[in-house]
Amino acid sequence: MITLTVNGTRHELDVEADTPLLWVLRDHLELTGTKFGCGIAQCGACTIHLDGEPIRSCVIPAAAAAGRQITTIEGLSADRSHPVQQAWIEHDVAQCGYCQSGQIMAAAALLKQKAAPSDADIDAAMTNICRCGTYQPMRTAIHRAAELAREVS
Amino acid sequence: MNAESKLSSRLPGLTRRGFVKATLSATGGLALGFHLPALAAMNGPWAGDPEGAEINAWLVIAPDDTVTIRVAQSDMGQGVFTAMPMLVAEELECDWQHVRAEYASANRSLREDRVYQRMGTGGSRAVSHSRPYLQQAGASARERLIAAAAQEWGVPASACVASKSRVSHEASGRSKRYGELAAAAAGITLEAEPEIRKPGEYQLLGTALPRLDVPAKVDGSAVYGIDVRLPGMLYAAIAVCPVWEGRLKAVDAAPARAMRGVKEVVTMDDALAVVADSYWRARQALDALAPEWELGDHAGASSEAFKVRFSKALDAKGAIAEEAGDAYGELDTAAKVIEANYSAPYLAHLALEPVNCTVHIQPDRVDVWTGSQNPESVLTVTAEETGRPPEQVHVHSCHLGGGFGRRSRPDFVARSVAVARRIDAPVQVIFSREEDTRTGHYRPMAEFKFRAGLDAEGKPVALVNRSATHSILAGLRPEAVANGIDASSLSWLANSPYAFAHRSIEHHLQRTHVPVWFWRAVGATQNAFALESFIDELAHAADTCPWQFRRPLLASRPDMVRVLDAAAEQAGFTDELPRGQGRGIALVEGFGSICAQVAEVEVSPSGDVKVKRVVTTLDCGNTVNPQTIEEQVQSSVVYGLSAALWGKVEIQDGRARHGNFDRHRVLKMAETPQMDTHLVLSGGDKWGGVGEPAVPPVVPAVCNAIFAATGKRVRALPLNDQDLSWS
Repeated sequence: MITLTVNGTRHELDVEADTPLLWVLRDHLELTGTKFGCGIAQCGACTIHLDGEPIRSCVIPAAAAAGRQITTIEGLSADRSHPVQQAWIEHDVAQCGYCQSGQIMAAAALLKQKAAPSDADIDAAMTNICRCGTYQPMRTAIHRAAELAREVS
Repeated sequence: MNAESKLSSRLPGLTRRGFVKATLSATGGLALGFHLPALAAMNGPWAGDPEGAEINAWLVIAPDDTVTIRVAQSDMGQGVFTAMPMLVAEELECDWQHVRAEYASANRSLREDRVYQRMGTGGSRAVSHSRPYLQQAGASARERLIAAAAQEWGVPASACVASKSRVSHEASGRSKRYGELAAAAAGITLEAEPEIRKPGEYQLLGTALPRLDVPAKVDGSAVYGIDVRLPGMLYAAIAVCPVWEGRLKAVDAAPARAMRGVKEVVTMDDALAVVADSYWRARQALDALAPEWELGDHAGASSEAFKVRFSKALDAKGAIAEEAGDAYGELDTAAKVIEANYSAPYLAHLALEPVNCTVHIQPDRVDVWTGSQNPESVLTVTAEETGRPPEQVHVHSCHLGGGFGRRSRPDFVARSVAVARRIDAPVQVIFSREEDTRTGHYRPMAEFKFRAGLDAEGKPVALVNRSATHSILAGLRPEAVANGIDASSLSWLANSPYAFAHRSIEHHLQRTHVPVWFWRAVGATQNAFALESFIDELAHAADTCPWQFRRPLLASRPDMVRVLDAAAEQAGFTDELPRGQGRGIALVEGFGSICAQVAEVEVSPSGDVKVKRVVTTLDCGNTVNPQTIEEQVQSSVVYGLSAALWGKVEIQDGRARHGNFDRHRVLKMAETPQMDTHLVLSGGDKWGGVGEPAVPPVVPAVCNAIFAATGKRVRALPLNDQDLSWS
């Protein structure tokens, strides 16, 4: 049994210790907002926060996340009120939308680290793949989210 | 009442033009007895009718005025989930804030004489094809709501006005909400169908609106095929014979069967699947097996060998796709002859959501959940694979994690159904990224040979072009291939607008065991790279600016010149740049739209390419949602740049050599150029597509920019394989 704390809730799970966290979230906890894209930490669709850090959950064994705070897209806010989600809606970022959970989690982690990221910071932090090519609106939305976060605080 | 009998109850009285007939829907809800995570408005696949009165097959109005509009096309990112409702709402006079969208039912369309008409999504045709009948559905509903109010008030319908989800009778000051009128309106049949609005009369079309599906895509609640969760559902991992046309010879299933959670090992003709209680357990168990494949006749094939074969074909004259004057004779006497060969590789679609499909086979019905570009073909394939009557198959369209053409082919559905046939439970079959790529059908590889003649003034007089590539239609609709020519393989090569007085456009149709398919923008993606690059070569040979060189050649198409000029002017095409930087221009017409692009690049002395800016001009005639159009242009630019820079599927030992993103590099944030889009709209009755036209020109625009920057001509792709160093 592995104990995982996901979005503030503790779960006792009967899964193999080496099961990637992604599949525990998706199949065992039915938190399907975190996506499978490649399985080798290349695309970032599975990005979540582990103790506040962005990680690619497809290559993290569930056991390695035990006792740590796991936040998924479903736990980023209860009502799409996180500044990144707000900015994403305002700038109509998503197209097919499949990568967007991961992109939003990566952007939220960036803003936690840097309240006003430069374009170079965004280039360095935002390494997830978007096959629809929403990069330009994403960049604009990250700057906007930084503004929104400052207005709140 | 289950969904099945609800559907049957609607059948009597429905005519071919189902949208003008009245039917009342029973109240909806999850009649099928499954649950979906966080099911909420616009998040999930079709799961039963919404509450309210169905005015026609396209729309339901709830007592609280919510208008649910059915979308028959699939949204793979291109925005039809918003654009199609806009076409209905334009006429309906409803408050846009009350509009929600849901996917239409392919089963219903089958039962009701194709009430949803064309349900396939491709060819950038959603708007141009469905606009008239969607406008009509909205107009018809509006008139019936008006008629319902007029009847109730005992006044002539002509004295009533519909606006913002209300019908009002100004003379008496009476007014009613759509939600209050919908049930009565559903029972009304109009004497005659109302006229629909024309360009110039629109109020909603042409305005930039946010997408209806974005909110559900920022909190993880949008349900893609891979997100469907059903009670008692199992998961399957699949491995297909790595060489196309090979077979599964033997496999010892024991190691998998011994593993935890494994329910079944399913062997198929050319594939193997493990079914388990979670995907990861299925995948681990599949990896524990050592299937023996009968690789067949193609185990030694390679794309290198194909390239040699295709190139050799170009030595001979090919089937004639287009001919005028005496091209060969003119080449003999031309003042200057320019020759060049071009080469384009196979390309994979690489949609981010690996293909997957959930199937539940029960005694009296089959349910399929998937993100597809063609729910009707999903239905047909499922019926064929199960031997059930098509009426028993229910397709629940989910959001698509990318399509680009890949999801218009139901091969993954057929394989998933084959697995589900052995399982007495709903089963979700997920292809790994590697299997998705390796079982994909690719953008054809192609080889080109050009010879052109210039006269003493540098004016182009003759063109001989030979191309060798696959035909996609040969395997799909063989009757579409005549005299060795599949016109779709020759887009922008044959019948191009460039006025070479003497031309011979020839073709050598090729086949390999590697299957090919529609890839975003199709034939023009390889052809425009070759032709637009070669035109650039001619311009330089004539010592003329590549923009100005094209203008007289396009004399018969002033609309194209307008789009080309706009791109050049917006980009400052002729402004000076230092060595190592350059601009390139290209033009393509496709899918009813004209697109010109100017790319600006910087090439380091060691040959690293950075695309700094791409300016796009597009004439799609009219617009539904200009915001989505700009987004689609950017999407096309990024898609095209990924292909130009790194895209190729290498075939070795008969199979795709690489399957995952570690070896299929695609554009990321840091490599994305500044993108500026300008619509150059010609209006009239033109409704061009927008999902694809901006993919083909960006590739030659970049290659031409590289030449301007370095003097190096790119004649083969991807750029990453070329030596672009300079000093």
